[in-house]
Amino acid sequence: MAPKKRSLSYEFSKGLVRENPVLRLLLGTCPTLAVTTSTKNGIGMGLAATFVLLGSNLIISLLRKSIPDKVRIPAFITVIAGFVSIVQMLMQAYLPELNKSLGIFIPLITVNCIILARAEMFASKNAVLPSVVDGLGMGVGFTAALFLMGAIREILGNGTFLDIPLPALQAGGWIDPMIIMILPPGGFFVFGILIALANKLSEQLDKKKDTGVKDPLVDECVGAINEASACALCGACSVGTKFRETHGFKDETDDAAQDQKGDKS
Amino acid sequence: MKELLIILFSAILVDNFVLSRFLGICPFLGVSKNVKTAMGMSMAVIVVMVFASALTWPVQNFILYPRNLGYLQTGVFIVIIASLVQIIETFLKKSIPALYRSLGIFLPLITTNCAVLGVTILNVDNQYTFVQSISHAAGAGLGFMLALFLFSGVRTKVDRADVPKFMKGLPITLVSAGLVSISFFGFKGLIEKLFS
Repeated sequence: MAPKKRSLSYEFSKGLVRENPVLRLLLGTCPTLAVTTSTKNGIGMGLAATFVLLGSNLIISLLRKSIPDKVRIPAFITVIAGFVSIVQMLMQAYLPELNKSLGIFIPLITVNCIILARAEMFASKNAVLPSVVDGLGMGVGFTAALFLMGAIREILGNGTFLDIPLPALQAGGWIDPMIIMILPPGGFFVFGILIALANKLSEQLDKKKDTGVKDPLVDECVGAINEASACALCGACSVGTKFRETHGFKDETDDAAQDQKGDKS
Repeated sequence: MKELLIILFSAILVDNFVLSRFLGICPFLGVSKNVKTAMGMSMAVIVVMVFASALTWPVQNFILYPRNLGYLQTGVFIVIIASLVQIIETFLKKSIPALYRSLGIFLPLITTNCAVLGVTILNVDNQYTFVQSISHAAGAGLGFMLALFLFSGVRTKVDRADVPKFMKGLPITLVSAGLVSISFFGFKGLIEKLFS
């Protein structure tokens, strides 16, 4: 359980690229696809989730010794739901328009796998300061990925960037806006291509330098993703597996895993 | 009755939870590898969605609204869903072990499935009556099942296709999900035509 001592800057920066929650760990896919119809929505969603991540990581890391192991998942979810309610009320009061366009996805931050996964994988095992920095890094990484998705979809689909029209991309310019990009299928397309690019980039980065410090959990997680297996299943690699083990699901899970392997061959 | 059917079918086809509302993407990508697991997961989701809607509606309308506690909605709903899942799990384990073996592994994962919390919140946002909420939940669950079933078929084909190395796995899966989502645009005008 004792975590290795790592610098705070490492904890912060890992969330940006190497362990980017959206593009590398594939957590929180639902809001990523749903709210990125414009850059503004993407940033808004990212910042709201960052706030919740910071708060929940702080509280859970403070409570990590007093939460009994058996009921930790419900306890984490309750803490997270509290922070989500705060964000919801703040946004209703000060950013009603953004709140309207994000709609149901604000309360759904509660079940966003990124937050639960950080609580389970990091905050419940580490001291307060690293947990907060980890939350901040992951939040910024999430926001950056949403910003990227939102920008691509808004520029191609609407011919605007942050609501400023780009003449070359308006109707009659070089290329007409492709409405499909801001419709649901566009979300799947852009996300798929971005993940492919992220895989390609990190492959090259890995070749260039071996960072030396490796988080076994994350390696497991990334490995599972590369097989496109059930890791996308809301952090099945961390939260899910442990959860199932504690509930005595081990045999069935192994069966299911074997089923999947058999399916592949 | 007509109204209920409209709610049911638009939740299945037009506003499909997975392909147009983007709820429950994680299980959609995670368990769509073969048809059998896809069906197991969908059955579990349908059951939990209907029961969760039936439980959260009275709580919202008889406890939270009259007492002006609307801001507690998120927290209360997630606690209800989490305990509901736990109760269903215990019940199945004790009384219907055969069903438990096939659905059991999916149940804990449903707590963090945003489609379930999503359906209960949408019931409130759309101000549905109790019966309408149930119909909406059933439609959402069936829509989830339809999307998962169709997509697991597509996926078995895609897995055997020859795609560029960096597109292998999830990227190509997502792009094909986009294509399946386009096919659902075909249902857009269906509901008005069918029930007018």
